Amino acid sequence: MTANTESITPKKSLWSRLVESRYFVYVIVSPLFLILLAYVIFPLYKTFADSVLTEDGTWSMSNYIKFFSMQTNVEALLTSIFISIISVITCAIVGVSLAFLLERYDFPGRKALSVLSLVPMALPPLIGSLSFWFLYGESGIFPRLFQTMFQLDEPPFAISGIWGVIIVHTFTMYPYFYLSASAAIRGLDPSLEEAATSLGAGRVRIWRKVILPMLTPAIVSASLLVFMISMASYTAPLMFGVDRTMTMQIVLSRTNGNLDMAATQSTILSLVSIAFLILMKWYQNRRNYQSQSKGIGVHRTEVRSKLMKYIAMILSIIGVIILLLPILVIVLISFSTDGEWTVQIIPTSYTLENYMNLFMDDRTWRPVWNSIQMSTVAVIGNIIFGVAAAYAMVRLNFKGKYLLDILIMVPWALPGTVVAVNLISAFSQPSVFSFYQVLIGTFWIMPLAYFVRQLPLVFRNTAASLMQLDQSIEEASLSLGASWWYTFRKVVLPLIFPGILAGTLLAFVQGLTEFVASILLYNVHTMPLSVAIWQKLYSFKFGTACAYSTLQILLVLIVLVLNERLQGDNKQSAVM
Amino acid sequence: MKSVKLENVTKKFGDVIGVENVNIDIKSGEFFTFLGPSGCGKTTTLRMIAGFYYPTEGRIYFNNEDVTNVKPNKRNIGMVFQNYALFPHMTVFENIAFGLEVRKLPRQVIKEKVERAQRLVHLEQYSSRKISELSGGQQQRVALARALVIEPDILLLDEPLSNLDAKLREETRVEIKRLQVELGITTIYVTHDQHEAMALSDRIMVMNKGRIQQIGTPQEIYNKPANLFVASFIGETNLIEGTVKEVTDNHAVVEVDNGIILKGMKTNSVPELNFQVGKRVTLSIRPEVINIGEGANQLQGEVLLTEFSGSSINYLVKVGQNEFNVMSVNTALAILQRGDTITMNIPENGIYFMEQKG
Repeated sequence: MTANTESITPKKSLWSRLVESRYFVYVIVSPLFLILLAYVIFPLYKTFADSVLTEDGTWSMSNYIKFFSMQTNVEALLTSIFISIISVITCAIVGVSLAFLLERYDFPGRKALSVLSLVPMALPPLIGSLSFWFLYGESGIFPRLFQTMFQLDEPPFAISGIWGVIIVHTFTMYPYFYLSASAAIRGLDPSLEEAATSLGAGRVRIWRKVILPMLTPAIVSASLLVFMISMASYTAPLMFGVDRTMTMQIVLSRTNGNLDMAATQSTILSLVSIAFLILMKWYQNRRNYQSQSKGIGVHRTEVRSKLMKYIAMILSIIGVIILLLPILVIVLISFSTDGEWTVQIIPTSYTLENYMNLFMDDRTWRPVWNSIQMSTVAVIGNIIFGVAAAYAMVRLNFKGKYLLDILIMVPWALPGTVVAVNLISAFSQPSVFSFYQVLIGTFWIMPLAYFVRQLPLVFRNTAASLMQLDQSIEEASLSLGASWWYTFRKVVLPLIFPGILAGTLLAFVQGLTEFVASILLYNVHTMPLSVAIWQKLYSFKFGTACAYSTLQILLVLIVLVLNERLQGDNKQSAVM
Repeated sequence: MKSVKLENVTKKFGDVIGVENVNIDIKSGEFFTFLGPSGCGKTTTLRMIAGFYYPTEGRIYFNNEDVTNVKPNKRNIGMVFQNYALFPHMTVFENIAFGLEVRKLPRQVIKEKVERAQRLVHLEQYSSRKISELSGGQQQRVALARALVIEPDILLLDEPLSNLDAKLREETRVEIKRLQVELGITTIYVTHDQHEAMALSDRIMVMNKGRIQQIGTPQEIYNKPANLFVASFIGETNLIEGTVKEVTDNHAVVEVDNGIILKGMKTNSVPELNFQVGKRVTLSIRPEVINIGEGANQLQGEVLLTEFSGSSINYLVKVGQNEFNVMSVNTALAILQRGDTITMNIPENGIYFMEQKG
């Protein structure tokens, strides 16, 4: 018996020796790292290099010294920080109070309000600012309405400048607070409050000692998130003409040909964003209050008095109107004749021509088709990368796992403007990673930018599905004789498909609505939808711009409805 | 049916030792149970046999064939998981057929085999049901059918009853035993439930902290525990310390505390216990061997607690410094109450000698 132990162990081929080696996992994860290195780290480094390397190749901090000695730059940095802090505060107030109102009280109009409260999040980035500009801007519908009504010489109010930016931020970003706060409130076991009451605590003490501490994690992570997004915000300052923000300054430096300064500004903004990303990750890992019990219905207090009921109803109606107006105004203007709307309150002449042109006229259809093509290419990349990375993160053990997680999140934390600047720095010359091609000015640079910006979407959704999938299901398949690949195809893939599809759809609409990076990267042949909207606005073709916008809104709504369906039997959070 | 042999198997997770130096010889057709508290290494050992873990040291053999590094899908094992691990996107039929499809059997053969397996576990009516439409007990039987239909060489069961309610657990336990006996399949069963282990197994391996404590038949494990851990883990027992006072050819006399003297048989002890006058030993006395009334090793004590459970009455009795759990069969006679004086005796062969605690 001892004699034939040798012959029992069959001679193994090189391939199976490789597959069975415990280093094989690195064969699988190294392409993932390579992609991140090539399209995230390398561009980030190139921008950094541009900011510190002088022409003769020596290191110098002169650009940074220049940055901090220039009034405009310091002002831009401070303005960005100011806008972000105020945005966090206003979003917190609106989001958390709305969450409490909708989760804890029952009043006429609650249902409608809670369905529509997420609408702002569904608005494509350009549309939020655009609609507010149409509605409440200096020549907007409401200021003019009041001017005419009260026969004033000037509009009585109009949102503009920094406060305009903050109002748009509040409207578009409060859902981050609303979502996390209402999840936290729903997770608040009512028996905790009952327990506190039974121990003799009064209302105020319960709030201070029980409810607020339980909400703190939700509020802190939402604050970090809103701060980060506000710092990266570009469309709102653009619409309201606030030049002195970091993102605007980067674009201005680039258009003025001051590339070193653009690189310096980008690097500083990247550092801020990445610092916040790490802070957020650290905070989320540190604190996690989860209610032990599950499936408790939160008891809603019913509003009883007649007067309060009327007030609640009227306020709900106003709320619903405010939430819906941005979409309604875009749809309304999309039917207006280009160039006819000047000083009237609302457009005077209407037509279907904008939509006819959209689908019939080649030149108008072109940006739509461009966006579809470029998003498709980007999304295919996202699916392959996202599914592989999610499987590696959730199921495999390897050194550098935490690094991979952070690296995937980095492009999400980076402002679109910075992503674009980084890609320009990296790929305006041939390099290994672009197969020795210059990518700037070609079709490929935009899908690449979309790919990088949407990197986390498919990954996160797939990873969430995978985490819910018990590992023993895969083991069961193996024990029944199936190979890893067979198991992956027949068991894992069908089960995580809803997650992949949800991520894919989200990534696809993000591509179709992307503006911030596109505006720096497009050329005449690759002009995408959002840039086309911006250009039409510039040439006062409001009708066409809004027809494009309506198309974007429609696509977003379709995807959201589909995702809702997908998650019907597979609950998972698609939102951050 | 294959035999299973583990030779000096050790599994480390980083620096943490999962199991250490495990040697087992499981015979073909045997029902063998790994028993121990959670974290004792029983599941780790099972997973090495299944192939989900590879041992850090040592070899694993199926029928003398070295399978230490063979992948799980090449071992021809049937495994039932604690949470069943059924494929939620497939029907009952598709779940059971999965292993046969992997083996590329003709459609007709698959159909016949799956139907036979369904009959075996009484699920003929449920072919096209989704897994989510089944009760816990039915899911458990699908898992069993899916593992058995591939005609595995070895059947591995990882706490298969722990998610069922008490009544269903008993029914399913009987069912598993019936199938195992009928099919004669080598079965390895993991549990932390000693009653399950006793009722099902030909032999039991008791584990603790990654080490084997004892391997033996249920009777051996219960009546002749190898050490204090086994004695206290399996069933209930009174562990009493004392000093050896006198040793004769067949007997040993132990003084438990001032005045209480217990006499037992030397053969009734852990192997190689060195009886020596003055040596500290621990006695294991099962509650059910203690009789109420006069007799050998007679003791008198005070009832501290009375617990009536229907078929039996449990007393907590204080005798000197020691407390004894005593179990007597309910004979519908009067029950002693707290504070009553109780007279009891311990038969000589009811005293089991072990090394001192600690």
